Amino acid sequence: MNQKYLIPLTAVFLLFLVAYTGVEGAGLQWFFGIVFPYVAVIAFLAGFVYKVLGWASSAVPFRIPTTCGQQKSLPWIKQSTIDNPDTSTGVFVRMILEIFLFRSLFRNTKAAFNKNASNRLSYSWEIFLWVGALAFHYSFLVVLLRHFRFFTSPVPSCLKILERIDGIVQLGLPGLMLSGVVLLLAVLFLLARRIFDAKVAYISQAADYFPLFLIIGIASTGLSMRYFTKVDIIGIKTLTMGLVTFSPTIPEGVGGLFYAHIFMVSTLFAYFPLSKLMHMGGIFLSPTRNMANNTRAKRHVNPWNYDVKTHTYEEYEDHFREKMIEAGLPVDKKE
Amino acid sequence: MNKNMIITGLVIFVLAVLSPFWFNMITTTQAAPEPELLGRAKTEKKCVLDKYEMRANHMALLDEWRDSVVRSSDRQYKAANGHTFGMSISTGKNSCLGCHVDKTKFCDKCHTYASVNPYCWDCHTNPKEIE
Repeated sequence: MNQKYLIPLTAVFLLFLVAYTGVEGAGLQWFFGIVFPYVAVIAFLAGFVYKVLGWASSAVPFRIPTTCGQQKSLPWIKQSTIDNPDTSTGVFVRMILEIFLFRSLFRNTKAAFNKNASNRLSYSWEIFLWVGALAFHYSFLVVLLRHFRFFTSPVPSCLKILERIDGIVQLGLPGLMLSGVVLLLAVLFLLARRIFDAKVAYISQAADYFPLFLIIGIASTGLSMRYFTKVDIIGIKTLTMGLVTFSPTIPEGVGGLFYAHIFMVSTLFAYFPLSKLMHMGGIFLSPTRNMANNTRAKRHVNPWNYDVKTHTYEEYEDHFREKMIEAGLPVDKKE
Repeated sequence: MNKNMIITGLVIFVLAVLSPFWFNMITTTQAAPEPELLGRAKTEKKCVLDKYEMRANHMALLDEWRDSVVRSSDRQYKAANGHTFGMSISTGKNSCLGCHVDKTKFCDKCHTYASVNPYCWDCHTNPKEIE
């Protein structure tokens, strides 16, 4: 056992227990259902804006795009316009593909020794991180969007279309939503990768495990409420609608599991700006992705360069011409 | 990235995060529904499960009933309160709609509010609609 994942695991269990016992034992519904969600939203937004503004005001003096293909060169050499863009259109396409399809993960390789006698270090294409990340992010997005049914009334038709597609297998009652299951499986895969892949385990810290455990907690309480333990959904929607219309009420007959769920979600939101999860905002600001590689075509001057007092050779010669001629030194301009 | 673009993106993001709040301000928000107990349901005062258990669990119960009826033709449900009910949504006096006479004023109210689209009615008919 490894403390790097035992501590975050314990922390998530504690979060669950705090909310569950706080509601079931101490009757603190108002705190876990009303106060903390509001605090979390404020902390999330304030922290997010603060972080991004901090990044926005930091200097990016150098053109440092990662180049993954042939740069723009002579006309008869084919340029890789997306992987080594020299125009803002190319950069835009590159960013879009990175944000929506995680192209840099698609290129992921793994280094390992050959199993045969030669025992050579070789690199092979490793696609599963990309597959897992894609499944995780998109199912999480769908799950998040589906939760808007608790914050809108009447529910917009686009959400109903999404629910219809997500529940297309029509399995069981209440009908199975694919995104929830995919989310849990994908996050479990990402966790297993961190634990069992020795090289990834070596670079994994508590801050890497904590969000994973927290999301596993959120997904499993959510799935549990929908498919197994069941909750009074109308009561919950009264609470969530109360939150977004600033007239919060605590419904009767909603148990601790729901409050544990909403508490962990709130914790995730509040924790977001302090964590690696800020890659959500950071991906837009990564200098290695959002810059055009045009250093050979365009001169980029460090913006905070101060005026250096220069003394060029021409000026030097103007200054010392007579003395140089007197001493017999060669000069560019006689006179 | 220039600063204006970052600020624009940030404003869009904040608006998106706060969308549940402002969306409910600019649209008229439907209040939580009160399913109406009409007809027999109003007077009988007994159901297959307790109130909150019923709210949370009715769909799972209907699922069990479907299996019970289809697979072992067992059509009677003995409830915890001692009464016996017919395992049917719409057939007979002892079925769900036999007591809760108006589907639109009972089932649909909460289903619409919570955006639930049960496929019960793909096969079953609402007795009212036939009459």
